[in-house]
Amino acid sequence: MSERFAKTGLLTRFILKRDRFRLSLWVIGIWFFTIIVPLAFESLYPSQSERDMMADTMNNPAMIAMVGPADLSNYTIGVMTSHQMLLITAVVVGLMSILLVTRYTRTDEEDGKLELIQSLPVGRLSTLNATIIVLVVTNVILAVITAIGLSVLGIESVDVSGSILYGATLGATGILFAMITAFFAQITESSRGTIGLSITVLLGAYLLRAIGDVSVEALSWISPLGWVPMTEIYANNDWWPIFLMLGLAIIFFIAAYYFNSIRDLGSGMLPARKGKIHASRSLQSPIGLAFRLQRTGTIAWAVGMIVLGATYGSVFGDLESFFEGNEIFIEMLSIDGGTTYTEQFIAILMVIVALFATIPPIMNVIKLYNEEKKGRIGHLLSRSVSRYQLLMSFLIISIINAFLMVSLTAIGLWAAGDAVVEGGLDFWNIYGAALAYYPAMLFFIGLAVLFVGFKPRFSSIVWIYLFFSFIVLYFGELFQFPEWIGKLSPFGHIPGMPIDEFELLPIIWLTVGAMLLMIIGALGYRRRDIQE
Amino acid sequence: MSILKATNLTKKFGDFKALDGVNIEVNEGEVFGFIGPNGAGKSTTIRILLGMLKATSGEAKIFGKDVWQDAVDIHKRIAYVPGDVNLWPNLTGGEVIDLFVKLRGGNNKNRREELIERFNFDPSKKCRTYSKGNRQKVALIAALASEAEIYIFDEPTSGLDPLMERVFQEYVLEAKQAGSSVLLSSHILSEVEKLCDRVGIIRQGKIIESGSLNDMRHLTRSNMIVQTKKPMDGLAQLSGVHSVEETGDETIFQVDTDAMESVIEFVSRHGVIKLESAPPTLEDLFMRHYETDAQSGGDS
Ligand SMILES: Nc1ncnc2c1ncn2[C@@H]1O[C@H](COP(=O)(O)OP(=O)(O)OP(=O)(O)O)[C@@H](O)[C@H]1O
Ligand SMILES: [Mg+2]
Repeated sequence: MSERFAKTGLLTRFILKRDRFRLSLWVIGIWFFTIIVPLAFESLYPSQSERDMMADTMNNPAMIAMVGPADLSNYTIGVMTSHQMLLITAVVVGLMSILLVTRYTRTDEEDGKLELIQSLPVGRLSTLNATIIVLVVTNVILAVITAIGLSVLGIESVDVSGSILYGATLGATGILFAMITAFFAQITESSRGTIGLSITVLLGAYLLRAIGDVSVEALSWISPLGWVPMTEIYANNDWWPIFLMLGLAIIFFIAAYYFNSIRDLGSGMLPARKGKIHASRSLQSPIGLAFRLQRTGTIAWAVGMIVLGATYGSVFGDLESFFEGNEIFIEMLSIDGGTTYTEQFIAILMVIVALFATIPPIMNVIKLYNEEKKGRIGHLLSRSVSRYQLLMSFLIISIINAFLMVSLTAIGLWAAGDAVVEGGLDFWNIYGAALAYYPAMLFFIGLAVLFVGFKPRFSSIVWIYLFFSFIVLYFGELFQFPEWIGKLSPFGHIPGMPIDEFELLPIIWLTVGAMLLMIIGALGYRRRDIQE
Repeated sequence: MSILKATNLTKKFGDFKALDGVNIEVNEGEVFGFIGPNGAGKSTTIRILLGMLKATSGEAKIFGKDVWQDAVDIHKRIAYVPGDVNLWPNLTGGEVIDLFVKLRGGNNKNRREELIERFNFDPSKKCRTYSKGNRQKVALIAALASEAEIYIFDEPTSGLDPLMERVFQEYVLEAKQAGSSVLLSSHILSEVEKLCDRVGIIRQGKIIESGSLNDMRHLTRSNMIVQTKKPMDGLAQLSGVHSVEETGDETIFQVDTDAMESVIEFVSRHGVIKLESAPPTLEDLFMRHYETDAQSGGDS
């Protein structure tokens, strides 16, 4: 038995060595973010009456759908932190685990590196084992430093026992998703498949509990992310969700090891079929190829975006009824008068939705570089395909996809909202608000082209910038950041319709900026070496 | 008439000089062999010729057009097979071949079927399941299915079995007969010897020899196997004699071509029983360069 795990220690150290920066960056980033929030809350809401006001604004289906339920009658800094931060941080930790596990397992296998390693006196399960060890260690470290960091902040309601549970919840979520990903890495045949399935589970769990927390309570119970708020940190400090998560993690862990021990290297559990002998007409061009390569992913994203929109839309019904019975709210939010609470909420939601919808089009552009890294671009460029033509093929798909994604989300949101809101929702109101962000999305696409054209190795900066945009716009709303911080993101320049007036100017300059970036990026792509 | 001409190509990757003044010329209807040790710069040169890398300095032209500026025009008339064939795991071999043929322009269905049969290739499988040789066949079939004026092959047969290698060689000769030119980079010297009219040897980014195999042989040493009645004392001290070895009665050594006359005279004074002389094989030519390369530390 033990020979199946031979040299696990060496492989573990190898992973740690190879990715020490990546791992530290994730852990320190999440840690820092967790620590800074209670401090920010303390200075923003120093008195209990202010916190109770905040609790009131939180007490509505839309917010609950986003961040989960909490004990709002006892809204201390601690409860506030765990309520508004824990779930979203848990999602980020889950994402970290998914990306890391895929990287050390399927990606290496796909690239043929695993074959080299496996030919050495290394056990069949050693790579998986080393990956799991690294991930468990990483998540435990995250849990421990989070617990310590929170407890030493010196905030009364952020006590030691709650802080330990806070860290443990993040760690357990990370471990659970590491195991889920390890399992999918055995089932699917590609790293894209592994990431795709795992993220579907992560987002599915999030959406399931959103619906569960607002209406059908049972759904929260079957979603692991539904368990996260049930810890009631800094209030009741329940530990059982942690054990539930670790129990589930063990099941996936065993399944992953079992499948890994019986399957062939390089294959999944699903058998390969016989394929076509000829290429269909639609495949016989660069753009046809670009589309074909990303077809499955695009369909999956499209479905995901409709579901995301519909999930948000489905809480609108409860929103208005809640709103009617709440005087404070009417005063607080209808500042400009004449707008409903739903409209206020739509405005916040649209920017979030648009940010999500920007992910697939950026992927479309960066795909061109990924193809280059895999050494498949030479086949095209050594035939009569010009660099511009090649870049355009991926760019056109990206530009259309951006439009498609933001439209589908808006349609999903409208359709679900229209069904539940009394008197219905105005379609153009919603669709217009979403589409207003299209130029900001184009700007991001332009940025991705710029990087692919000049410094493709640094194209992950585009992701960091998108994540930054998410932080400043999503949390900017919660923490009332000054307005100029939001303006650091192209999305911050778009008027938040339907409450803000439509403005043409930012739309024009973002579009022009996006086009410039694309043109400059294309010139760079024409001039640089293709690395294979 | 020269179809492909590279003059003084240099290529730097950061501080590292991968090519240092490379000159090659391939004439119409000629098969040019491009050989050299690992990391010498063959693939780098070929990628510059394909417009995938931009030369740091120097000039490269195919059909008289600049390889960087007019890449697309040139590519309509050439066919290329890389040594490392990476394909899309989700597409079948047949789909990839069709795509490649279409992208180059031109579409000869019969030729495609013939090649698939000759190379004994199953186009219905997904590329992720192909072996190295089969992936190479995809690129070879796509390249040979098109009637190019020059074929550029970068170690095209490194994964093929001997039978398939022969099929490849037949197609190369056929292309030559049809008047096309070929640039063939390879480590399989017998293949180069069989196919190539001229060869260029590259080492550490420099072309150290080029010309027809016959010319090159003249410039180098012959292998001699000699048996004499009297022991040939002092043979090793003669100028132009190298690597003397005694095996039983026979003495084996190498002689520089220009020292042949004096050596024969020396040998004949010792009562010749047996004398065999063989021209150096490409391998002999080569080993000399490879060895000095290894002694000087080789490349990174
Ligand atoms: N993108 C790059 N960056 C840095 N160095 C490179 C790059 N590409 C190639 N080199 C270096 O340039 C040199 C020439 O490489 P090249 O691939 O041309 O060799 P080769 O003659 O084709 O060798 P082989 O016979 O092994 O295929 C090598 O030392 C290689 O490490
Ligand atoms: Mg090479």
